[in-house]
Amino acid sequence: MSNEAPPGSERKSFLRAAFPKLILLIPYVALLWLPFYNDAQPAIFGFPFFYWYQLLWVPLTSLILFIAYKGGE
Amino acid sequence: MPTSLNLTASIVFLAFFAFVTIIGFFAARWKAGDMTQLHEWGLGGRQFGTLITWFLVGGDFYTAYTVIAVPALVYAVGAYGFFALPYTIIVYPFVFLVMPRLWKACHKDNHITAADFVQGIYGGKWFAAAIAVTGIIATMPYIALQLVGMQVVIKSLGIPGEVPLIIAFLILAFYTYASGIRAPAMIAFVKDIMIYIVVIAAVCLIPSKLGGYASVFDAADHFFAVKGGATGTILKPTQYLAYASLALGSALAAFMYPHTMTAILSSSSEKTIKKNAILLPAYSFLLGLIALMGYMAIAAGVKVDSATEIVPALFGKIFPAWFVGFAAAAIAISALVPAAIMSIGAANLFTRNLWKPLINPNITPSQEASNAKLVSLAVKFGALVFIVFLPTKFAIDLQLLGGVWILQTFPAIVFSLYTRWLKLPALFIGWIAGISCGTALAIIQELKPIFVLNVAGDHYPVYIGVLALIVNLVLTFGLSAVLPQKPQLKSVLSPA
Repeated sequence: MSNEAPPGSERKSFLRAAFPKLILLIPYVALLWLPFYNDAQPAIFGFPFFYWYQLLWVPLTSLILFIAYKGGE
Repeated sequence: MPTSLNLTASIVFLAFFAFVTIIGFFAARWKAGDMTQLHEWGLGGRQFGTLITWFLVGGDFYTAYTVIAVPALVYAVGAYGFFALPYTIIVYPFVFLVMPRLWKACHKDNHITAADFVQGIYGGKWFAAAIAVTGIIATMPYIALQLVGMQVVIKSLGIPGEVPLIIAFLILAFYTYASGIRAPAMIAFVKDIMIYIVVIAAVCLIPSKLGGYASVFDAADHFFAVKGGATGTILKPTQYLAYASLALGSALAAFMYPHTMTAILSSSSEKTIKKNAILLPAYSFLLGLIALMGYMAIAAGVKVDSATEIVPALFGKIFPAWFVGFAAAAIAISALVPAAIMSIGAANLFTRNLWKPLINPNITPSQEASNAKLVSLAVKFGALVFIVFLPTKFAIDLQLLGGVWILQTFPAIVFSLYTRWLKLPALFIGWIAGISCGTALAIIQELKPIFVLNVAGDHYPVYIGVLALIVNLVLTFGLSAVLPQKPQLKSVLSPA
């Protein structure tokens, strides 16, 4: 970082550094708060919401980890 | 369950089993290293790249017992048994963040166990020994349960008696002795591919025979409506906290176990571990589908004496004989990989953190390796004796307690990566309190994982491991704040 950075950029760069780590919290919130998904409807392909929602979080978590990986490089 | 011998299935089963046995013995020559060194035998020289680590951790973490027990629980209680899925998803952000850091710290100082790492930071030998004993005791019943998985599939083929199980385990014991972690790493390739084939076949074929997923879930709904109690295809609101705390507690405990730790430490770099955290959830997706076999068994009208027989019974009802043999081999081989790594992890702990510091400090590196090899044999024979002579329920109960206990090593291992502020006596007392409290609560609950807290008239069912961890953390942090800093601890902290 250059020395002539405008005021406030320190906070921004802190957020930029913390972002890849903060997004790692998303799967915990999404999967540990049961009122979000303990429901049969809407069903897809015969799968009640409870099941496809949790299965969907598998690729979503991989994606979040990939973003964190790229962001941390 | 068939009581007569299924010949076609048995032949296919034996053929695959023979194949992996050969692989197991040849593995010693793969990426050859000096097998008289513990880090070569026990960690494969820390050279496994992304692909091998993916198969190794996949083979190690998603065990035969998982394939048997998760659908069995879903069959018995429904949605509640599905906590294994969120558990094996939320474990990966943790692995991504923490395990590369641990790998780096261990690589720098040639640590091969979690107890090594703790000893390296805090010095002394007793706390490291406590961490090692926790790991060994938590792992032993886990190995025994892999045998249960194997036993169930062998029985489903109609092969009677305990002899086949004993033979299978002898083979496992000897190639682990000879090849170390290279054997399960190579076998994991075969095992994982076989399991993927079985599960994909099952999730495509079985619902089409049963009228699609909608009718599978309908059948399960009716089944649980008749059964009543805390069952159903979605959770009762009273189960929310139990479900979430089981998922979280299991996720935090998962990579504290010696076998998962061993697999992580044998990878080649921090990057390898991060990439694996991104790629390993593929197995969790598979696990979610495996869990649904519990409902498929309900829809197929499978009847069993014990819920653990549900998966092989379902296969026997739906698949042709040759594929039943293939599926049985896949599950049996799934038992070999984790059982091998668990015994290696336990042997590393025993040799490094109990035998060397407490019995023979002058042990040479090659004596260390041969000691570990012998211990790995002893650990497996112990598990075998356990399963052959004691009721399976002991292993299941102990494995539950093991999960509560291993979680109590979390503060010492994980927080020590981020801060040097915690003090050894505080960690030790926290560990003792966590283990005692967890064990007491589990015994009060007659060895069920959930304890119901009563706060101001409301009931909160929480996983006992998490409650014990909270007690542990309060004491660890509280006492670290109160205890005076000891000067001799500082000298241990400064790099040698």
